[in-house]
Amino acid sequence: MPVLALIQRILRQLKHDRRTLALLFIAPLFLLTLVSFILNHGTDGTITLAAVNCPQPYIERLEDAGAQVLRMEEAQAADALYCGEIIASLEYTDYILRVKLDGSNSSRSAQTLAMLQTAWTPNIRSAANLQVDYLYGYDGLSMFDNFGSVLIGFFIFFFVFLIAGISFLQERTSGTLEKLLSMPIERWQIVIGYALGFGILATLQSFLIALFCIYGLKIMMVGNFFLVLLIVIMAAISALTLGILLSTVANNEFQMIQFIPIVIIPQIFFSGLFELPTVLEPIKYLMPLYYTADALTAVMIKGKGFVYIWRDLLFLAGCSLLFMLVNIRVLKKYRNI
Amino acid sequence: MANTVIKAEAIHKFFGKKHILQDISLEISQGEIFGILGPSGCGKTTLIKLISGMLTANSGHVSVLGQSMPSKKVLRQIGYMAQSDALYLDLTAWENLQFFGKVYGISRKQLQQRINATMQTMNLLQDLDTPVKRYSGGMKRRLSLAGALLHEPSVIILDEPTVGIDPLLRQQIWQELYRLAHGGATIILTTHVMDEATKCNRLAMMRNGQLIAQGTFTELLHQTGTSSIEEAFIFYGGDPYARSGTDTTHSASVKA
Repeated sequence: MPVLALIQRILRQLKHDRRTLALLFIAPLFLLTLVSFILNHGTDGTITLAAVNCPQPYIERLEDAGAQVLRMEEAQAADALYCGEIIASLEYTDYILRVKLDGSNSSRSAQTLAMLQTAWTPNIRSAANLQVDYLYGYDGLSMFDNFGSVLIGFFIFFFVFLIAGISFLQERTSGTLEKLLSMPIERWQIVIGYALGFGILATLQSFLIALFCIYGLKIMMVGNFFLVLLIVIMAAISALTLGILLSTVANNEFQMIQFIPIVIIPQIFFSGLFELPTVLEPIKYLMPLYYTADALTAVMIKGKGFVYIWRDLLFLAGCSLLFMLVNIRVLKKYRNI
Repeated sequence: MANTVIKAEAIHKFFGKKHILQDISLEISQGEIFGILGPSGCGKTTLIKLISGMLTANSGHVSVLGQSMPSKKVLRQIGYMAQSDALYLDLTAWENLQFFGKVYGISRKQLQQRINATMQTMNLLQDLDTPVKRYSGGMKRRLSLAGALLHEPSVIILDEPTVGIDPLLRQQIWQELYRLAHGGATIILTTHVMDEATKCNRLAMMRNGQLIAQGTFTELLHQTGTSSIEEAFIFYGGDPYARSGTDTTHSASVKA
């Protein structure tokens, strides 16, 4: 009964607090949409080149690959490169192709170099004769498909952590925790009530985000939708139990925010998106987000089933349980029984 | 004396190395309104938290309603009002009280009745559906009090209950406390307002974690030969000059 009362109260409080609701439900969708624009379109911007003195077949091959090639004088090309109108100028002299490249945007310059090299290769080894079979993913898998699955996990983790943590913190700073503990409610009932109350919200949020990414943003998804939902809900519960636990060692909202660079951001680096030095690599096994990302990538891109991800889910459940048990213990500080 | 409801024996409480409560003993009978008077920081709040079972003493023994504290069983019988208004500001008054009532396990029908009754007493019935963030300080205090009385507790523990409440309402609240005490409830409250202390049946004066005097208002005045609680407090206050009467200015004011 006290648990139900607590759940009802948490949901009512959020119903009255529209801004927090918006943060929970709209902000992640907005951010994911932005990320999808950036990562999807970063690869298909037109590459504009200047050819000062180039063999005609080479220019044609570049144009076939989708580049815009302008014929220019040497001085004019240098000028255009300086102004940022072109990304590279090409000059062929003495059997050497000299490329002047604008290296200020590393991903675009790398893309340009790759294109120049592919077009330069003699015909026999050109991509036309190369047949590629993909084990996972497909030709044209964008950065967003790759990052997106991890980002879904990250955004849910981030927002749920923050909102549940701050909410529990306010319970302490406003004196209501003291009032609550003067009533016949068990410490475990408080922790469970919070986990379930925010768990309901996190489930709704997870459902919305997963739905939006898969059907709205058309992120690559070959696995089972309900498995994705299960993974993100498990991630959300580990985030909210961690948030509630850490809020007990924060004295105010600002100190709660300080946990973001310490606890949340590092998890992104260990989530499998980036290659880390081997020495640091094992740290990822302590990070809930690594398991979330691993499971999401497995289901969404590799189409794996429950058999493949149950260890990840078990770890997330274990984390949540541990955080809750520690939290129940920590509450003893406020009431001995 | 009627049967003892609250009993504290030789309590010591430390926070770290700080000796917050030093050898406190008191007994409170059923139907009494017992006031703990003292300046802020003297240990009043710590003492009532020990009595309500939220803290445990380092040594000594506390029992409430015959049960050794802390006890979960007794928790249900206690109505506790903290010094800060422990309310959920985003919720309406009704939603706040409904939450408290449900945690106490009051049935839906009875809860509605109790909410109406307590809010009537606190003169807040017309603001039942107002979000608490729009309440004034005094209104919040009264709502907190309503929350503490909701489940008809037999032991009522109030930490500075009437701070920021206007005199007329304060009188109403005291009438309500007398009514509850008459009905058999035992009330313990803290205050740093000397004048309010005179309204209690019995008083304990606290200073620097020690009980410096206990008794009824008239007893305390009689013992010290003073005419006001403030003077009595100064008399007991551990100021050696005031007590021995060697300091002329002090003793003059005390004896006046």
